[in-house]
Amino acid sequence: MSAPTVRRYELIAVTVIALLLIVVVPLLNANGVISHFDLSRYGKYLCYALLAISVDLLWGYTGLLSLGQALFFTLGGYMHGMYLMRMIGELGQYKKPIPDFLVFLGWERLPAFWEPFASFPFAMAMVILVPGLVAYVFGYLAFRSRIKGVYFSILTQALTYAASIMFFRNNLLLGGNNGFTDFKFILGHSLADPATSRWLYIATAVAVLLAFLFCRWLSKTKFGLVQQAIRDGENRVLFSGYATAHFKLFIFVVAALLAAIGGALYTPQVGIINPGEMQADKSLEAVVWVAVGGRGTLLGPIIGAFSINYLKSWATTAFPDLWLLILGGLFVLVVLFLPGGIVSLPARLKAAWQKLAARSARKDRDSPPAPDSASAKS
Amino acid sequence: MDLLPVKPLACILFFVAACAYLVPAGAATPREIIARAVLAEDAGAKRDFIGQLMGQADPAIAPLLEAWRTDALFIFTATDGAKIPVVLTGERDEAGTQTAARIDTGAALTAANGQPLRLVVADLAAADHTSSLRRAMKAVLDLADLAASEPAKRIKAILTIGLAQDAEKLPALQARLAIEPEESVRRALRESIALAQLKDDRDAIKLAALGELKELRSLASTDFLTRSLKESEAAGKPALARAAREALRSVESHRSFVDFFGTLFRGVSLGSILLVAALGLAITFGLMRVINMAHGEMIAVGAYTTYLVQNIFGTGITIPFFGFSLPIFGLNLTGAAYQWYFIAALPLSFIAAAIVGIGLERSVIRFLYRRPLESLLATWGVSLVMQQGLRLMFGANNVQVSSPTYLSGNWLVNDIILGWNRVFVIGFAMLIVFGMWLVLTKTPLGLLIRASMQNRTMASCMGVRTERVNMLTFGLGSGLAGLAGAFLSQIGNVGPSLGQGYIIDSFMVVVVGGVGSIGGTILSAFGIGGIDQVLQQYLPYIAPGLSWVPGIGSFLQNLAQDAAVFGKILVLAGIILFLQWKPAGLFVTRSRNLED
Repeated sequence: MSAPTVRRYELIAVTVIALLLIVVVPLLNANGVISHFDLSRYGKYLCYALLAISVDLLWGYTGLLSLGQALFFTLGGYMHGMYLMRMIGELGQYKKPIPDFLVFLGWERLPAFWEPFASFPFAMAMVILVPGLVAYVFGYLAFRSRIKGVYFSILTQALTYAASIMFFRNNLLLGGNNGFTDFKFILGHSLADPATSRWLYIATAVAVLLAFLFCRWLSKTKFGLVQQAIRDGENRVLFSGYATAHFKLFIFVVAALLAAIGGALYTPQVGIINPGEMQADKSLEAVVWVAVGGRGTLLGPIIGAFSINYLKSWATTAFPDLWLLILGGLFVLVVLFLPGGIVSLPARLKAAWQKLAARSARKDRDSPPAPDSASAKS
Repeated sequence: MDLLPVKPLACILFFVAACAYLVPAGAATPREIIARAVLAEDAGAKRDFIGQLMGQADPAIAPLLEAWRTDALFIFTATDGAKIPVVLTGERDEAGTQTAARIDTGAALTAANGQPLRLVVADLAAADHTSSLRRAMKAVLDLADLAASEPAKRIKAILTIGLAQDAEKLPALQARLAIEPEESVRRALRESIALAQLKDDRDAIKLAALGELKELRSLASTDFLTRSLKESEAAGKPALARAAREALRSVESHRSFVDFFGTLFRGVSLGSILLVAALGLAITFGLMRVINMAHGEMIAVGAYTTYLVQNIFGTGITIPFFGFSLPIFGLNLTGAAYQWYFIAALPLSFIAAAIVGIGLERSVIRFLYRRPLESLLATWGVSLVMQQGLRLMFGANNVQVSSPTYLSGNWLVNDIILGWNRVFVIGFAMLIVFGMWLVLTKTPLGLLIRASMQNRTMASCMGVRTERVNMLTFGLGSGLAGLAGAFLSQIGNVGPSLGQGYIIDSFMVVVVGGVGSIGGTILSAFGIGGIDQVLQQYLPYIAPGLSWVPGIGSFLQNLAQDAAVFGKILVLAGIILFLQWKPAGLFVTRSRNLED
């Protein structure tokens, strides 16, 4: 199969999936074929798909296994959550103008850093700025001292861990372990309204499409080539005169932003954001989606995020005890036997089929004298 | 029965008074005294009898008085008209009758023919009590502990009185001080007496009490001293104020001394815990370069093995697993033999975790030696499976691992509390470090391990079966993790996610120490443990000083109050900054290979 045909197939597949997700599903929901519950569930999966793309951008394309992407996802979610908390107004349980948990902690007035979050543009700017800044500072420090490979993974995990124990505290004034919930309005629209959640879903699907197109474009540019070269042989790139640390830092920040946008879209659709989302396990789970879907491809993470989460919501109700066994076992099997993920299955099956066909053809050809075992093997 | 080991002045007075006009003199047991008190007609006489019990250590007193107070003490009128105070004992049968015990002797109540009598509650009259009587009983019960046989109980009772500054009980304390043989109890007595005397009206006594507190450096007295200082300043008594100030200064200097060494001890003990948890990782990650995310679960395997051994020594246990249940029979040991379970658990937890580790190496890790990132992922999958497996077998809740007697309790040195289990962990950490050094440097296996890890190809060419060495090395690392689990079961909770709490810390210790360097691991474990404890101890003091930071000052201040969490975050941040300075950790294993 020649390269242009592959590209044409890919184009058709992406167009079909995009149309399906952005146009058909919301239409079906408007007509009552897909329930609101299912729609918001798909919306959640799409947010996870953004997270998965961000993991893949680092792991699949740059060879940096970051176990901190859930942190950026949750940070984005928290920034948006702060806006949504402000929008509750005086409709909380205590009927006070400040969020319930602050009343509970004995606050009379809003702490200063909460003030500007009543503005939607400010909150959205923070969705970009805060995770971006955290990623920039951490990435700068990590890449400057040439921390790579598993050390990078462990350090990102430690960063996530430190942040999560901080967010679990009430003293951070961000809701403690309950986080933010009970949202009422977004931009003046009630979140209980099905139309609002439909538009949120569409926004998420469009965001996933844009992220996909952006990453695809990026991977074809010269930058993307350097990025993949870093994955395959960092020292060679370094000795060729590229400042690999800058490239890595840039891609790390971009990936953090993608995850943060995913998180910001996640909060209003799921209706809750809490520190449980930024625990180390969540980052690793996102890595599972990418590994199962297929790392180093762009469709893979999306497929992985969808299929694993679909499996999860089915298995956690059907076999609640066994879900972790399934997830863990699946992961071990994929890492050991299917490094390319689901995306690589067609090619693998095809190769296996061709091998089988070739063998049987050979068998037919010279069946009476048994073939030389060595040649058969090769 | 040994009568009246304590004779506080008040008791004697009561006793004499009581003897004088009621009872023919004679050595009455506490039980007899209570029986007489119940039968006495006059409320004042009853109170006097109760007063006689003051300071007696008979264990029968407390339950009987308690029964009286709660209307569970009855007066039984025998057929001959004699009144006998009784308490009901035993199970109630269908007719509602119960056996009874006589108060005065404690023996069962019998009819004339020797058969035990069965009584019905409703037929009996409860012994009456007035509020002043109840107060007298309370006073007796409070002082009863002063004469308790265990020194710890005595100290507790003494300090309760002292902290309440109960001047009425001063005579009892002073009487006890005169006869108390135990040095630690004497100290507590002096402290309590001085504290109670601070409330005295006479300046001379106050001054003496302040001097005593200064000499004792009593940590509990700070609040009282501050108050006394304020009072004497307000009352314009410079001599008292000066004495109070001096006493406070001496107490404060003692406190900072205790805090410092307490922090030091906690730092060393946390360092030992980190070291014990990280040593296994120093082998699997440090020497073999395998990222074993299931290391935490190896620790959990060790802890659960300890739990199993404990149950085998005890009454046995049934483990449910996928619908089957596996009964494990217990040896039903008790007492000293049962206490040995922990010693037996140590090698078993090593072996159990080593077997699991070897299984993991053979089935998963050996395929991934050349792909470290993927071994990280696969072992994380394994850790999920193992966690869930433990949860299915032992339940999602924490299981109870009891401390053997030789590991529980504290060792109090100069007001510094040293927990035995922590002292033990420190000693144990040193022991396994030494053991590991022996294995790695003095045995043929250690030689093979070091050879294979330094240059696998070369070792293989020299005829070393590197596959087998890998397997054994991984087994050794996992076994050490299991051993750590056995010890951590004595310090924290044992639950399915036990390992998760240690995994990140362990990796940090190994990375900071320098991957591949056991000495670095030791140094970094103690360094991280020490810094963490120092921050926890002293952060609250710094917290008020954080307000100058523009914008987020009050926010930081707020956060620093959570010393434990904030300290941990600072340590992690410190580690990231430390790696800027020394990217390869404290001790670098040098290599000419670019990729290392």
